[in-house]
Amino acid sequence: MTIKQLSVFVENKAGTVAEITKSIADASVSIRALSVADTQEFGILRLIVNDVEKAKEALSKNECVVSVTKVIGVEIPDVAGGLSNVLELMSKANINVEYLYAFITISGKHAYVVLRVEDNDKAIKILTENGVKLVSQEDIDAL
Amino acid sequence: MGKMENYYQKEIETASHEEIRALQSERLVKTINHVYENNEYYRKLMDEKGVTPDDIKGVDDLHKLPFLTKDDLREAYPYGLMSKPLSECVRIQSTSGTTGKRVVAFYTQNDIDLWEECCARAIVAAGGTKEDVCQVCYGYGLFTGGPGLNGGSHKVGCLTLPMSSGNTERQLQFMCDLESTIICCTPSYAQYLAESIEENGLRDKIKLKAGIFGAEAWTQEMRHDIEKRLGIKAYDIYGLTEICGPGVSFECSEQTGMHVNEDHFIAEIIDPKTGEVLPEGEKGELVFTCITKEAFPMIRYRTKDICVLSRKKCSCGRTHVKMAKPMGRSDDMLIVKGVNVFPSQIEEVLLKKGLTSNYQIIVDREKTSDTIEVRVEMTPELFSDKINELSKIEKEVNEALKSMIGIYANVRIVEPKSIVRSEGKAVRVIDKRNLYNN
Repeated sequence: MTIKQLSVFVENKAGTVAEITKSIADASVSIRALSVADTQEFGILRLIVNDVEKAKEALSKNECVVSVTKVIGVEIPDVAGGLSNVLELMSKANINVEYLYAFITISGKHAYVVLRVEDNDKAIKILTENGVKLVSQEDIDAL
Repeated sequence: MGKMENYYQKEIETASHEEIRALQSERLVKTINHVYENNEYYRKLMDEKGVTPDDIKGVDDLHKLPFLTKDDLREAYPYGLMSKPLSECVRIQSTSGTTGKRVVAFYTQNDIDLWEECCARAIVAAGGTKEDVCQVCYGYGLFTGGPGLNGGSHKVGCLTLPMSSGNTERQLQFMCDLESTIICCTPSYAQYLAESIEENGLRDKIKLKAGIFGAEAWTQEMRHDIEKRLGIKAYDIYGLTEICGPGVSFECSEQTGMHVNEDHFIAEIIDPKTGEVLPEGEKGELVFTCITKEAFPMIRYRTKDICVLSRKKCSCGRTHVKMAKPMGRSDDMLIVKGVNVFPSQIEEVLLKKGLTSNYQIIVDREKTSDTIEVRVEMTPELFSDKINELSKIEKEVNEALKSMIGIYANVRIVEPKSIVRSEGKAVRVIDKRNLYNN
């Protein structure tokens, strides 16, 4: 069970992220989570949205370079050590987490975290075996 | 020798135009016979044009001969344009830092001697004598700058400091301790040296009186700046590896153009589109014919430099035709840090690395050093959600460009369609240096 992440290439200059969020808004798509990775000159904006196809279409129309990557959404109890448990599972299984970022908080009880790993199947197996609840695309779209 | 008598070879440098032309005719006939007999490549070009050595009786017949271009040099690389056996050659020189478009020129000992004489004329015209200390900070090696001026300095009898380029601290130390009076380098390096001298408070220890600057385009503003800050007179020198290297032409005290060494090279100005020879004073592409070289004599070699020739009487007493500072290029070659760079070389690297041909080259000058940035648009195929993969692409392209053009170019990946297009085509080169005064 994976969820779809949109990655968008952005130059490191004023207004680029604003343009992207505007075209997503204009397409009536909601952003559920986002993170930016950057170097001095460029960055990658990563987004979880409630309608991937619509957002992708809107961005492509605006001459953005967009790709869709399958990532894992994990539901983590909102208590101390919640995230660390999940990461420990990954570490024990020798799965490298390329990057991770959290959702905008949805409720007081749970936090959603996005994990990007090389081998989704392996990570999903380990997580489910250890009782970690995963977030489905339907969950996201319903948010 | 009086102040106005700065000649290395007075007789020929001040010979009448008729005498020079007669000498040129005699040497041209000899050279064409030599080349036709010994160089299959050029013989074929002449045959194709239906010209035989018998058709060439003097300079008036020069226009009948076929042109040579850099493309011919590439096609004939490495030995195809030689007119002497390798056993007669003693040296090669090569254009700086290009692999895709490298030019290799061959020299006999006599070719070297004549080249060095041309450079000696430039040094003497700048006031050089055997009493001078001449610091040569052009690169030594395959690049013609160092070896040419080094040889010229020897011929004049100057104490020669073969410094080569770079290592500014050491340059300044020798300049102060050995009291250099003449400096030979690129004009941008001269500006850099001037800056370092000021920063280190060495102005009082500098004994320079003249500088001979070439290998890149420079403006009158740069000349004034260098002259003021170094307390010298700044002389221009011109040349290209294909013809010999520096010393094809050089500036005299009048500083209104560079005297072409006409006893060795015949200069023409042509219409770059039609190839027609243009009358004196008209702007066009500069073409040279070597008439004394043995190993690698270029006949009607198109320099791609846009220029004007003038036979106006010169106050220095020299009679050889003067060429203006080149006013631009008829091709898209850039000279960055003294290195010849073609946009096509950059394009080749980008395409090889899977990038698009939507790129833009931005050349600028920060303080005194040229910078080159290559902007290229991101493509969906190359894009990744991982930052290290994108950084890796940048790094690989950087390295590939360095090995192709020989200098560091900063690669910058930009958003699609962000490179300005004019009539649908991306504007390839933006040169912010404004090096040409026109």
